[in-house]
Amino acid sequence: MNRITSKEALMAAYRAARGELALRCTDVHDINSRKKDILCCGGTGCHASNSQELMDNLRKYIKENGLENDVRVVQTGCFGFCAQGPIVKIMPDNVFYVQVMPEDAKEIVESHIVGKKIVERLLFIEPLLKERIHDYAKMSFYAKQQRISLRNCGLIDPECIDEYIANEGYQSLAKCLFEMTPAGVVQEVLNSGICGRGGAGFPTGLKWKIAAGVQADEKYIVCNADEGDPGAFMDRSIMEGDPNSIIEAMSIGAYAIGAQHGLVYIRAEYPLAVNRLRTAIEQARECGLLGDNIMGTNFSFDIDIKLGAGAFVCGEETALIHSMEGQRGEPTTKPPFPANIGGGYWGCSTNVNNVETYASIPVIIRKGASWYNKIGNWQAEWDENGNFKRTISGSAGTKVFALAGQINNVGLVEVPMGTTLREIIYEIGGGVSGGREFKAVQTGGPSGGCITKENLDTPIDYGNLTRIGSMMGSGGMIVLSDKDCMPAMAKFYLDFTKDESCGKCTPCRIGTRRMLEMLEKICDGNGTEEMLNELESLARTITDTALCGLGQTAPNPILSTLRYFREEYLAHVRDKKCPAGTCRNLYTLTITDACIGCTKCKRNCPVNAISGEVKQKHVIDAAKCIKCGACIDGCPKKAIVKG
Amino acid sequence: MCCNKLSEGAAAKFAELDAFIDGLNIDRGDERRRGRLIQVLHRAQAIFGYLPREVQCHVAGKLYLSEAQVSGVVSFYNYFTTEPKGKYCIDVCLGTACYVKGSEKVLSEIERVLGVKADTNPTPDGLFSVSALRCVGACGLAPVMMVNGKVYGKVTPAKAVEIIKEYKELG
Repeated sequence: MNRITSKEALMAAYRAARGELALRCTDVHDINSRKKDILCCGGTGCHASNSQELMDNLRKYIKENGLENDVRVVQTGCFGFCAQGPIVKIMPDNVFYVQVMPEDAKEIVESHIVGKKIVERLLFIEPLLKERIHDYAKMSFYAKQQRISLRNCGLIDPECIDEYIANEGYQSLAKCLFEMTPAGVVQEVLNSGICGRGGAGFPTGLKWKIAAGVQADEKYIVCNADEGDPGAFMDRSIMEGDPNSIIEAMSIGAYAIGAQHGLVYIRAEYPLAVNRLRTAIEQARECGLLGDNIMGTNFSFDIDIKLGAGAFVCGEETALIHSMEGQRGEPTTKPPFPANIGGGYWGCSTNVNNVETYASIPVIIRKGASWYNKIGNWQAEWDENGNFKRTISGSAGTKVFALAGQINNVGLVEVPMGTTLREIIYEIGGGVSGGREFKAVQTGGPSGGCITKENLDTPIDYGNLTRIGSMMGSGGMIVLSDKDCMPAMAKFYLDFTKDESCGKCTPCRIGTRRMLEMLEKICDGNGTEEMLNELESLARTITDTALCGLGQTAPNPILSTLRYFREEYLAHVRDKKCPAGTCRNLYTLTITDACIGCTKCKRNCPVNAISGEVKQKHVIDAAKCIKCGACIDGCPKKAIVKG
Repeated sequence: MCCNKLSEGAAAKFAELDAFIDGLNIDRGDERRRGRLIQVLHRAQAIFGYLPREVQCHVAGKLYLSEAQVSGVVSFYNYFTTEPKGKYCIDVCLGTACYVKGSEKVLSEIERVLGVKADTNPTPDGLFSVSALRCVGACGLAPVMMVNGKVYGKVTPAKAVEIIKEYKELG
């Protein structure tokens, strides 16, 4: 890779590299093409399912067939369709294979690559149509998505900066440096309407404007990659699949606010993302896209990585800054805000944005604010110069959601703001798994709330989600079915926030513990109706008095489930029953007359609690039973019931 | 400097840690030297496997920080441990996606089979230690467990027992 010392050099590198992606970006799909790119997912999920061995095998068989000059195996980032991994996409054929095992490599090469015949058994089966899908574009999982933040994930090799440049990478930075003033960049981001994708939803442009307005010699720009919300993994996926977009966006932000130093604060639990980001930073330095006098201008900027060490509260920006300074990650009151002198990293003015926010920035600059703000359901008021004044309703752009829980198509989806939950769950997500009934969606993780059936048709944006008692959060969406118990879910989240409370303020440190104890009593059948009122009152007090966002939002899962599922709480405290059948103290397992005496349950039981002779009805000893459910899962006659 | 627990090869380990810290060119007069602490502790834990008091004191000395400052940071973050781990560290994800897919059952089965509780001491033979963690971001494979960083997806209680068996045979 040559050093890129001017805008012309960047364009020359782009023209030289563009051909690399020709097979992948074409609309002309042809299985008979001699040249092919085999794209294999190299994200954490697919890695865990042996995608590395799969790639090695594909390369081996391609070589055996003498095709190595025509067919390339490329490791890309995550395709988002994680439940179906490992994913293999063959271009320009536009064929998408799912759940590909290392031993399938031979058949793919011999049948598809050599024989030009699609391997039918590896095609995705559409859950609603129950058909195998030949054309990638027709998969309902992708049809409704608009991938902006995830544009390069599953397309380019994240360990190769040439491929990022080939897809117009770093041209937005060049546009900023050569055609725009820093104030112009800030205004463009402000006009785009993009708001922080990490949780709070503060307008990014406004944040930049505040930081840009601070007069200081030393400023920092920080990427918050401490994705702590369990169940959300879009930031991991972007860093693993498109690390250069973060570097480019941070450089743009640094130019806009006048920062010289960049820092990425990243979870140590994401080793693959850390490595990919390190590689990308090194490559960018080698090319001169990070360092002194970038592209021959007087703009100098570099990025360092700071590793987290496992603390959810470090997603809060003041706590994150303290952690980067080598201290306990405890938050402090705002003001001073990080942008203020005295409030940021080592007291310097600091701007913090989230990974997903950064990933959208290069596209906003390249295609313009007016292109971006028409995506979504944003309505805004504009001044006489055509600049943004205030938001009337809705949100601009797209948002990535991590679909997980009881849903058929688990994975990452990126949709325009204003899409309804029904579209996400039933059209993209393929509906609730196991033919179960939809109960609720938990959004916003431990800080969020649940959305019920009644709100399935509410357009999703920041304002609407808050109105119905939930929040956007970082975009985790956990789908719950009738077999999930809502008080138990609230208990799960409180157990999490209790563990993660940093202990600095009393409402959060002691309050979360007291709320958890009440929820434990409720789920164990020792709750009272009075307790529900106490719980609600305590929850509201903590919301009002805790120091930081973690404590203030910790009661949300309780308040939201009490609001929508009070009946279920009442069943626990009044009737001592768990309608969903998950609270162990509130049911016993019994074997009905449907039992044929096959002895399977007896053999499956890990604690020998089941007795009975062959072809005789079996009996469960309630005193020994640990309610693990192994008997239910194995019973061919569904003769074991909870009650 | 070192106690019995650390005796085996401790000198070499301290030398490795010192080489790393020396490479950072810590300046005693620089008030920002503290910013290196978490990075150094990560490396120390990678070398020693855990952060006993003598390692913490050593780090404090090398970074010109008080022992209380180092201990405060070590105790705050989940990633750092002050107790030795087993040869195979089993981590069961209790993130939301894994939880709703039944990872609690996986964890209690592992605890039952190995006879140790999560986040406590390793098994008496020193082979396994069990911890619960929150989300490795592989939610598509929920429920997930890891053994020394290798991710196993779509784990059932029965599958977890088989995985443990494989490692037990390795010894």
